[in-house]
Amino acid sequence: MNLLVPLPVLLPLLGAGLALMLTHRPHAQRAVTVVVLVMVVAIAGVLAYETDKGAPLVVWIGAWDPPLGISLVADRLSVLMLLVSAVVALAVLVYSIGQGMTGDDAEETPVSIYHPTYLVLVAGVANAFLAGDLFNLFVSFEMLLFASYVLLTLGGTEGRIRAGTIYVVVNVLSSFLFLISIAVVYAATGTVNLAQLSERLTVLPEGVALIIQLLLLTTFAIKAAVFPLSFWLPDSYPTAPAPVTAVFAGLLTKVGVYAMLRTQTLLFPDQPLTTLLLWAALLTMLIGILGAIAQSDIKRMLSFTLVSHIGFMVFGIALATTAGFSGAIFYVAHHITIQTALFLVLGLVERRAGSTSLLKLGGVARLAPLLAVMFFIPAMNLAGIPPLSGFLGKVGLLSAGIEVGTPLALAVVAAGTLTSLLTLYAVAKTWNLAFWRTPEQAHEMAHAIAAQDEETVRHGEPRLVHRRNYVHGGSQRIDDLTIQQARATVAVEEDDPDLHELLEKRLLDRHLPLSMTGATAALVAVSVAITVVAGPLFGYTDRAAANLLDRTVYVDAVLTERTR
Amino acid sequence: MTVDLTLLLTAATMVGVGTYMLLERSLTRVLIGLVMLSNGINLGFLVASGPAGDPPLLSRYDAATISDPLPQAFVLTAIVITLGTVSFILAMAYRSWQLTGADDVQDDVEDASIRRLAAADEASEGFDLGESRSPDDEDDEIPEELGRERETR
Repeated sequence: MNLLVPLPVLLPLLGAGLALMLTHRPHAQRAVTVVVLVMVVAIAGVLAYETDKGAPLVVWIGAWDPPLGISLVADRLSVLMLLVSAVVALAVLVYSIGQGMTGDDAEETPVSIYHPTYLVLVAGVANAFLAGDLFNLFVSFEMLLFASYVLLTLGGTEGRIRAGTIYVVVNVLSSFLFLISIAVVYAATGTVNLAQLSERLTVLPEGVALIIQLLLLTTFAIKAAVFPLSFWLPDSYPTAPAPVTAVFAGLLTKVGVYAMLRTQTLLFPDQPLTTLLLWAALLTMLIGILGAIAQSDIKRMLSFTLVSHIGFMVFGIALATTAGFSGAIFYVAHHITIQTALFLVLGLVERRAGSTSLLKLGGVARLAPLLAVMFFIPAMNLAGIPPLSGFLGKVGLLSAGIEVGTPLALAVVAAGTLTSLLTLYAVAKTWNLAFWRTPEQAHEMAHAIAAQDEETVRHGEPRLVHRRNYVHGGSQRIDDLTIQQARATVAVEEDDPDLHELLEKRLLDRHLPLSMTGATAALVAVSVAITVVAGPLFGYTDRAAANLLDRTVYVDAVLTERTR
Repeated sequence: MTVDLTLLLTAATMVGVGTYMLLERSLTRVLIGLVMLSNGINLGFLVASGPAGDPPLLSRYDAATISDPLPQAFVLTAIVITLGTVSFILAMAYRSWQLTGADDVQDDVEDASIRRLAAADEASEGFDLGESRSPDDEDDEIPEELGRERETR
């Protein structure tokens, strides 16, 4: 059974090589990629079943005597992450095949490098979850980052290069921080193996251990986009192609969260830095969601909610109790699926209605009822409406916070509740504007906003009042930025029409490939299924969290008496 | 563990200079900063590996006198990764120059909007004052009208 452990890394890498050789045969390339990912899903499923029986599975690569070689460790936490991310990656892959990002449709991706790169990304993510030492974790970060650099700048358009520059520089900087922390760890302890470190770090002077912990936390906080290290995310994600944004939003930040969870529990169980992390969680939640409310593009809005909801996971890690860890793990699994599903739906909306800007959209619910349903369910799930899994995950985390009961923990509980409400506000606003009102209203609204402070406002006409950067009209408050965007929308409508004009001119492409809608629907179904199996899943995450708190399970599995 | 001070100071200087260059606007300078940073960190690994010794070849040298090979392996991996990163950023800088005529790191959209908003603040304050002097300006009537207007459509 141990032989299965390296396969989630090996298969995608081999598949990537094969897919690269099949560059000129797109059909074969697609087949290879899909087969590989199906196999990874199956293997992850088997591993989840096996590890849940008891001890973690350990493989020493290259048959070096422990503890010299590189170890891959599959325990409950890593296998659950592996399974969820493999399912999500498969759904996104099917979706992107429907979208035609394989070289056939040459407009966006001139070369058929999409599939090999995607497989490298999956291999990197899998390796990060399985890595048993810090340097291997670094290498897997680099694998997935490199794949993400390529995917983010696909086609090399101006917007993507601009976003890619920031993304690459920020991530290279965080990689260097990681390297520095590895050098410090090695100088202090003489090993990078996580199991050995968990024994040796405890005997270090407190100050040295604290420096190592802060270095690692900073590194992972950049990856996970925890405030105040989150500013790179909302700007870089939305410019990428829809499936790429979806898979990034689902997986990449969660790898950072996983690394935080692993190092906090395994290496530093005695000093959880609860106060610092609680503050980080609180600020991440609130500042992220306030950013989301201000956006007038749905993709950017969702990127901000992504940042905001990372705060919930950090909250669980900060509490450092079984309930907290369990809630955080459940929340990660839930959030990976719904965040990806939402971005996939947005890709469909963009294709069906021509835009994701709230100024241009209207009446999508009538235009495409299926899309509306597929947006509505994960959106309500994100906001945490009972009985969906978002609600259950939040209840788990908030009750863990109340259990701890310090004033700061209770403050974060309050902030979490507020964040849920504000998330509901943000998605409800999106629903009202993009899906519910008619395209005509959207069109007139954009014109009304654009014309709001021109002098030609006459008596009796509907008027909008300008007060301190906001325009009041009806129940709407519109900020100056939106007005400028609206003006831009109206000004360039010749080349860039809004949905109303598209409908008038009958320019819409009614066709949505079945694989795109099918993949999205499947992912929405998975997110609903998480709700249905929430009981057993919480049981599983409880056991995983118990394993995390009792470090001996992990350490004993990796090191025998002889090798310590 | 004894620490080689020369190596340590050189590493620290390179990291410092690299960080300074990283804060520059031009992507080429950022790139030079990244290279300096990475080389500084690689020197740091050599500091971490302890005093220099014989080459780590067990068949020829005594295990007691060889230097620690593991940090050297780390450094090799880091060098390879930096090479890839540098070439990617170079390509991006070139593409950016092709598209915009400059290789500057451009402003984040959010930053730009915040700045626009701040600039608009002064103007809107003046607008607000002028608005409040006009006799027929009442906040309340307007939203209702707009609401009714929408419904009738």
